[in-house]
Amino acid sequence: MSAVLKNFSLGALLSRLALLMIVVAWTIPTLGLFVSSLRDRDLLSTTGWWTAFQTNLRFEQARTNAADVQTESDGVYTITGNALEVTNDDGEVTLNPTKSIRSFGGGFLPASGTETYAGNEQPGIRDYAPGTTVTLENGETFTLNADGTYTYTSPVPFDMERGRRFFVVTNNPPSFSLRNYQDVLSAEGVADSFINTFTVTIPATIIPIAVAAFAAYAFSWMEFPGRRWMFYVVVALIVVPLQMSLIPLLRIYNEIGIAKTYPGIWLAHTGFGLPMAIYLLRNYIGGLPREIIESAKIDGASHFQIFMRLVLPLSVPALASFAIFQFLWVWNDLLVALVFLGKDAEQIVLTSKLRELLGSRAENWEILTASAFVSIIVPLVVFFSLQRYFVRGLLAGSVKGG
Amino acid sequence: MDRVINAFLGIVIGVGAMLLYYFGTNWVIDRVLADKIGPDGAIVGKRGELRERIRPWLFIAPAVFLLVLFLVYPAVQTVYLGFFNARGTEFVGLANYEWAFNDPGFQLAIRNNLLWLIVVPLFSTALGLIIAVLADRVRWGQFAKSLVFMPMAISFVGASVIWKFMYDFRGPDQPQIGVLNALVVSLGGEPQAWLTLPLVNNLFLMVILIWIQTGFAMVLLSAALRGVPDETLEAARIDGANEVQIFFQVMIPQIMGTIVVVWTTITIVVLKIFDIVLAMTNGQWQTEVLANIMYDWMFRGGGDYGRSGVIATIIMIAVIPIMVWNIRRFRQEEMER
Repeated sequence: MSAVLKNFSLGALLSRLALLMIVVAWTIPTLGLFVSSLRDRDLLSTTGWWTAFQTNLRFEQARTNAADVQTESDGVYTITGNALEVTNDDGEVTLNPTKSIRSFGGGFLPASGTETYAGNEQPGIRDYAPGTTVTLENGETFTLNADGTYTYTSPVPFDMERGRRFFVVTNNPPSFSLRNYQDVLSAEGVADSFINTFTVTIPATIIPIAVAAFAAYAFSWMEFPGRRWMFYVVVALIVVPLQMSLIPLLRIYNEIGIAKTYPGIWLAHTGFGLPMAIYLLRNYIGGLPREIIESAKIDGASHFQIFMRLVLPLSVPALASFAIFQFLWVWNDLLVALVFLGKDAEQIVLTSKLRELLGSRAENWEILTASAFVSIIVPLVVFFSLQRYFVRGLLAGSVKGG
Repeated sequence: MDRVINAFLGIVIGVGAMLLYYFGTNWVIDRVLADKIGPDGAIVGKRGELRERIRPWLFIAPAVFLLVLFLVYPAVQTVYLGFFNARGTEFVGLANYEWAFNDPGFQLAIRNNLLWLIVVPLFSTALGLIIAVLADRVRWGQFAKSLVFMPMAISFVGASVIWKFMYDFRGPDQPQIGVLNALVVSLGGEPQAWLTLPLVNNLFLMVILIWIQTGFAMVLLSAALRGVPDETLEAARIDGANEVQIFFQVMIPQIMGTIVVVWTTITIVVLKIFDIVLAMTNGQWQTEVLANIMYDWMFRGGGDYGRSGVIATIIMIAVIPIMVWNIRRFRQEEMER
């Protein structure tokens, strides 16, 4: 008995451990994306995102100011500045206050030898601790403090046009910001794409629901010739690959001039989503109790009235299930958008934009991670808040059908 | 701001036009074919019957129109265009099929699609089943399932960015920022540019789809497992079967129907796989798949509708068995109803 019990608890422990490992493996990729999108660009490209919560060391190049900012007092010429200041492409100067100098050396400073850092041979980057004053052979002195401020003095006037180069190892404590998001939303045009995606998604969700609900009601409760085989066609169409429709539709669209227009893509998504929508909604509407419909008929209600006042309100759960499906499908679609929409700022959707960035900014992970997160945040919110409906739709759509 | 207003206006007009149709047409037939009331207060004539015979068609007309325009007609037309030249102007017989089967790119795509068809449904279904079984036994199972299910909400392109970052490669003397290479290096291996290694790079692309589809399989199989009657499990336990035997000999046979449904549903997704390949490699390093070739030929050199159409048709042919099976199953269900 005790052996059985022991076996059982060991098995339970192992299965818990296995589940935990699977869940961790499933979550890590998305977590990595999210953490990275909040990190500083330079750190992101040189250190793993899992080190984001510790202080990272980084090897950096720095430069003193040039001769034009020197001041003179008592025959000593002085240049001051901050080695940690960063000037971006727009000439804007920023200083990350959490950063500090760990050691410095190399460049114009006398070096004791070479060190290997980040795979590269660097002369003397660990020679001097912050606060040290280095005296050069020509009488110049250079002092660099931990906060990045430096004082560079010379007995004779400076005359260099570019500042002198040296190297630093910096301490980079964990620092997170929304900078990358600001960048992608404004400069990269991701905000435009966000609006475009919404413009595509909302009508492309509402229209098929309405069209399918009317059809599903007719297939369930109205008599007309061909009802049965027409529904078989709908069931067959559920699995027809999108690829079968693209070429002829593109030709038609070009001919009647709705290629690269929003109504064009709304209609396309409506058409592609309809078979599943009709199928799902008919399952539900056809399952409503016959007595309700019959008694309304006896009271003199027309089918239109029964549908609007009775069936539609009763079908809200099914409508919601399909709405979530279609919303996610349209939001996440790339192929239909590539074929039927343009790629200018007015029309490019998030998925298409993201794909473009994957090509043009392949090495800029700060751009890619932030853009990707912008594109997945809305589906994730919809998904987590309405998961119950989504699961119900999946079960209704798949266990019984295609 | 203008753009938001335009978008909003577009939405209102689009949705409004559709509602106008349904309300409008129903209002019209209710008016035009209103019951004629005789002097004695009874309904005269057969207007009501005619009205109710027309109404179903008003209900299904938009759906039928859209289905024919967007799916039925294009499907027929695509097969037809497969027998014509690039611009669809000249009949070329089977020349496009001949081109396809002799094209090394196409052969490669067929090989890769077959690989995808075996690997992705197999791993998604198996992992989904394992997670469903494990999660049903612990208190935090629901939470665990939510996290595994989450990738279902993420677009294929979004998932591609996520995984491209996982696979990121830096030179061997630099610190790795991709999780996979960091792991390999920490275990003493050499970092690799995974996406450029022929054959195995296909597996790295498939991982993305498995990551997305496992949640789907898990949800369906979890529901099916809950439908397995406890008595059958109890009976097996009393007969002395262990958990593994119960799993394979009692549970699996009872949920076989759902396993098949999950498998075929994922198969259809796999047959159409496009976004992941386009975003990750665009078919380079021997990762080409059919849907990507099809898209490529649709626009290459102004578009070759014949070749593109042939590839679409081949994807369609692969789907037909599933389609037939679906209809048969549906008919059976209708009979039982």
